[in-house]
Amino acid sequence: MIPGIEALKVISRNQGDSVVITTETPYTVWDSISDRQEFHLPLINSMSKASSIGLGLALGRPDLKVQVVDSDGSLLMNLGSLVTIANMAPENFVHFVYQNNVYGLSGAQPLPGVGKFSFTGMAKAAGYANVFEFDELEEFALTLPEILEKRGPTLVCLMVEDSGPKPKIPPRMTKHAYPEVRDAIARTPKG
Amino acid sequence: MTTGEKTLTPTSILEELKKLGVSHIVWLPDTESRFLYDAVASDPDIKLVPVCREGEAIPIAMGLILAGQKPVCMIQSTGFYESGDAVRGLALDVGLPLLIFIGYRGFKREGEIVDTAATYLEPILGAWGMEYHLVETDEDVGRISTAYSETQEKSKPVAVLIGAEYQQG
Repeated sequence: MIPGIEALKVISRNQGDSVVITTETPYTVWDSISDRQEFHLPLINSMSKASSIGLGLALGRPDLKVQVVDSDGSLLMNLGSLVTIANMAPENFVHFVYQNNVYGLSGAQPLPGVGKFSFTGMAKAAGYANVFEFDELEEFALTLPEILEKRGPTLVCLMVEDSGPKPKIPPRMTKHAYPEVRDAIARTPKG
Repeated sequence: MTTGEKTLTPTSILEELKKLGVSHIVWLPDTESRFLYDAVASDPDIKLVPVCREGEAIPIAMGLILAGQKPVCMIQSTGFYESGDAVRGLALDVGLPLLIFIGYRGFKREGEIVDTAATYLEPILGAWGMEYHLVETDEDVGRISTAYSETQEKSKPVAVLIGAEYQQG
């Protein structure tokens, strides 16, 4: 298993020019490990919608790279989005799933079906172009740059464990971050 | 349909959407909107984004707006109920300038409305403070532009209730 914070740091180091959308546990730490807040939309108080917002952004700006840092409980609430995304097939879309097998922000209650379902299996069956799963940090860190060069949609499932102090929820609410990200995207020349 | 009867046609709706510069329709079709779906699916100017459940429609539209596009959502009243948390947490809380077409299933101008898909719709829109406009015939389609202007001026979602089944044409 990968320490959760370390998995997120690897993604952050490889953010490049991507727009990142985070939800649930990942949003609680992202702003503390990334210095590109203007290209980060934290999705707070709207569980399950991150993958769908990312799809809309990827379709609307195919010249930009979009990285969604989803959580396992969140994606389980919106499994149909895997089919919707695969159907629209945005090549600029990377979908990370932070799989810690619990509802981390509500007391670490176990998810239903742990050990029985597979996000990579479901994404592959839905029609994603690429799927990957990692449970070792070093392998993930070494492989990610190559993965990000592939034509999406791509799903990367990260088997993680949370440890250390409980993360602080960042002060930026979605409704405050949204216009900042929208304006930053608008300022980015279409390429 | 008898000659001279007022109807709602896909052509009039599409013309109005093109006039507004709508780029995408995020949509889950229903029985009443079949002819409009066929028209949009074969139209080269507006992109169709089909979804598996209505709750995906508003966040996808949010992403499109984030990208500088001009999407609208089209769902039935039953799907609007299913989309409740997206309406609350995204469209209303964030303040999305988004036009949401809602198929007003079971609506009748005269007589008792017995379909709860219709009876709860306007009270729920009212409870959420969402403005809405009713479109029943081609003569009403100008209300779509009115509703769109409201979304832009007030930066909030506005509903267009489709109170009739689309006819071919």
